[in-house]
Amino acid sequence: MTTTLPVLTVDDLSKRYGSGCAACRDHAETALQGNTCRHCGTVHALSGVSFEVHPGEVLGIVGESGSGKSTILNCLYFDEEPTSGHAYLAAYERGAADLWTASGERRRWIRNHLLGKVYQNPMLGLNMDFSSVANIAEKMIAANDRHVGRMEARARVLLEHTRIPTHRMKTSPRQFSGGMQQRVQIAKALSNEPPILLLDEVTTGLDLSVQARVLDLIKQIRRDVGVAMILVSHDLAVIRMLADRTIVMRDGRQVEAGLTDQIMEDPQHPYTQELVYSLL
Amino acid sequence: MSRHGTYNFAFLDEGSKREIRRATLKAIAIPGYQVPFASREMPIARGWGTGGLQLTLSLIGPDDTLKVIDQGTDESVNAVNIKALIRSTTGVTTSDDTAEATLIQSRHRIPDKPLRPDQILILQVPIPEPLRFVEPREEVTRRLHAERDYTGAYVLLFEQIMRHGDVTTGADHPVEVHDRYVMAPSPIPRIDNPKMDHGDALILLGAGREKKIYAVPPHTRVTSLAFDDHPFRSEDVDGRTCELCGAEGVFMDEIQDAQHGGTSFRCNDTSECLARMNAHARTS
Amino acid sequence: MGYVAVKGGTDAIRASTERLRYERLKHGVSLDVRQARAGLRGLVDQVMSEASLYDEPVAAHAIKQAEGSPEEAVFLLRAYRSTLPRLHTTVPIDGTSARVERRISAAFKDVPGGQILGAGYDYVHRLLDDTLMHEDETDVRAWLERWRDASQAQALPNDAGRLDGLPKVADYLRAQGLMEPRENDDTPPDDVTKRALRIPASRSERLQVLTRGQTGTVTSLGYASLRGYGPMLHPTVGELRVAALPLTIPNPLASHENEAVGGSDPTLHADPDDGYYLGEIRITEVETVVPVQEPGGEERQALRFDLGYGACFGQNETKAIAMSLLDQCLEHPDSRHPTHDEEFILMHVDSVEATGFISHLKLPHYVTFQSELDAVRRTHQPDAVSGEEDA
Repeated sequence: MTTTLPVLTVDDLSKRYGSGCAACRDHAETALQGNTCRHCGTVHALSGVSFEVHPGEVLGIVGESGSGKSTILNCLYFDEEPTSGHAYLAAYERGAADLWTASGERRRWIRNHLLGKVYQNPMLGLNMDFSSVANIAEKMIAANDRHVGRMEARARVLLEHTRIPTHRMKTSPRQFSGGMQQRVQIAKALSNEPPILLLDEVTTGLDLSVQARVLDLIKQIRRDVGVAMILVSHDLAVIRMLADRTIVMRDGRQVEAGLTDQIMEDPQHPYTQELVYSLL
Repeated sequence: MSRHGTYNFAFLDEGSKREIRRATLKAIAIPGYQVPFASREMPIARGWGTGGLQLTLSLIGPDDTLKVIDQGTDESVNAVNIKALIRSTTGVTTSDDTAEATLIQSRHRIPDKPLRPDQILILQVPIPEPLRFVEPREEVTRRLHAERDYTGAYVLLFEQIMRHGDVTTGADHPVEVHDRYVMAPSPIPRIDNPKMDHGDALILLGAGREKKIYAVPPHTRVTSLAFDDHPFRSEDVDGRTCELCGAEGVFMDEIQDAQHGGTSFRCNDTSECLARMNAHARTS
Repeated sequence: MGYVAVKGGTDAIRASTERLRYERLKHGVSLDVRQARAGLRGLVDQVMSEASLYDEPVAAHAIKQAEGSPEEAVFLLRAYRSTLPRLHTTVPIDGTSARVERRISAAFKDVPGGQILGAGYDYVHRLLDDTLMHEDETDVRAWLERWRDASQAQALPNDAGRLDGLPKVADYLRAQGLMEPRENDDTPPDDVTKRALRIPASRSERLQVLTRGQTGTVTSLGYASLRGYGPMLHPTVGELRVAALPLTIPNPLASHENEAVGGSDPTLHADPDDGYYLGEIRITEVETVVPVQEPGGEERQALRFDLGYGACFGQNETKAIAMSLLDQCLEHPDSRHPTHDEEFILMHVDSVEATGFISHLKLPHYVTFQSELDAVRRTHQPDAVSGEEDA
């Protein structure tokens, strides 16, 4: 048992769309069909999710679409507002302050300095009207860097890390392939050396060979940089390749959690069993 | 009494003037912050200076002396037109001489002659939002200002440097006011930006169509956005001499010489140029 | 003998104004304002709507001065409007009190009160009528006399065919439980001419901006929404009315008392029987119904009807219908579609603002251009300066 604080702790995170009703407010399973309340139609995208991420660890979150896995990342990156729950970062007030009670200005500070996110759709994570180097610099500028030379140099280093040829750095990512766009996003997410990266279905929709290269890159970053990651995917094969521990999500709930190897070899929950067996 | 019938002094009713002044006071209290105001429709078109005009009309009194310039010139058609409207509803004295004026309404220039504490400069603004080119939505830019998120403005400059080796904003280069709000100084050339820093006169900026008033009070810090290793640079006026008065180092109009080909330069601030020419004439 | 500025500007403007007057008079005719009012009803109505000023003679005057340009006429009226003091506010008007001149519903074959075609262009054949070229006052008088005689002969008995107090089609849908009943909201409306529009806008702001919008712009945007630039609305015109609306103000004497006891809105506590009747204005009013999903509910999601509202001064049917479509579009914001983007629509439909900013491009911009020249030239310099040496 280590005494080091987890990089990130999430406690009882819930998110619903709709006001809820007496029947479903407590997430009573009987009221819900899937993740939707039979009586009032409220969608409970997340119901009481809790987990920790330790330094240097990759936590996988697997589930079908609608399971709530992306919603977890959206809440952590302040793209969406949770309905209830708490989150703590070791790097923020030494884990003593709940991210979701922070003011707008503090949230932006946290997002710019302590978090990095790669979106499934590069249009959400990049500005296609700007060059790749400007996209990477944006995060640094948001963290108040005002030295062009330094930012350009760091961007070059990141482009090398993510294996993007530097002679293309002044090109807009709009002209890149899907795989390269994801790599620009990764470079951008790493630019301020955050303690944790949020990766949302980063290889979904890419050709298999391209997927492999991006996954390889993530493995390498994990080795070289040692940054903690939350890796969200519907693809158990991807999770198996990269995640140390895994959470299985279904209809907004955690149905199983544990070491990835254990879950693969000996899934407990019937849903997890389905997923694992379909992989083989 | 103008041929347009009977209007209140300075066209606007007193209630409107008070409301505009209230917005102006708020703008002065929060330097660089865009204060929304209920912009009236004026007899000149939106986009042609109704914001500046409303500011002038809300401030002008019978003892004021008014100067109006456009593109640096008192005789520019638009300036003449605005002056005529104000004169016809106030009877106030107008002057081309910057030193004589108490109110100066201007489009696209700050006069070359430094202003005094008893003078007010009113600038006409087409697009008051410095972040508009990065974010078209007013709803979002309002929040960005509130959260002091000016990343977009800097990324734009960064991109220019990456692509062209240097910042390529022309006029209207954004400034930071009183270490807080980033503001669009109106489409004045970059050479005029430093004039806003710790000036002696009050500077008011009015956008009629966008319905915003903002201000730079005297003795306020105004710095043009720049990077540590790419300091702000004005237009290059080295080697240019005014062919009329011989001035150097001021913003000039580039004149194409129809007869002999080639280029010559003349002071953009015509009243200052004239003053210099007359001064030379007296001493020679 | 000193140097003086060349005074070209003043003379140029004077000459230009004269030249403009020449253009208006060169045919040797001065348009009679009464004729403009009488014969250019469509333009008068359009201009009153976009200026949000109901005054037919003044609108006709503006049209004459603007030589028929709606852009210029609306500008004149808006500038005039902004000098007028606001003396009174009418009490909220119940639309069913209007006396209809035209009233149709596309939703039902027959409606209480009937489908009344009235004076509309819908079924007119768009063929140029030669007889109009020679129509003179004698012809007009003779025709009017025949018209009056015919109307007398057909006069309906008193009770039948009443044209006021006709129920709204929407009320029928509400009574059937198919449309959400709404509580009366007596919040005084926001006035966009007194306080700058802020996004997100209140519904009163939205409707005001739309009704004052340029006819062409509002129409085109409504058209785009029908063609699918946005989730399909499937709208049906529940009711279109061209009607005379009676205007009443609260007793001006009583309202002083009301203000004295701290009331800010004199219309709120006004005794409806104690008002002063001012007169009538003609308006076009459209209620469009669209099916929408009911929120929540049992496993099967039900549909209900919601209302899009359009209203304009004068007879402006296309604009009022388009306005009602946009009202519904904006009730369901969706940033993916410009027709459902509140800021995009409300910021760009105003005539005076749009035409003003476009036309401002004609103003001299040579200072800004000079500045741009400098920037462009700098990028061509062989050693474009950067703060660091090249790596």
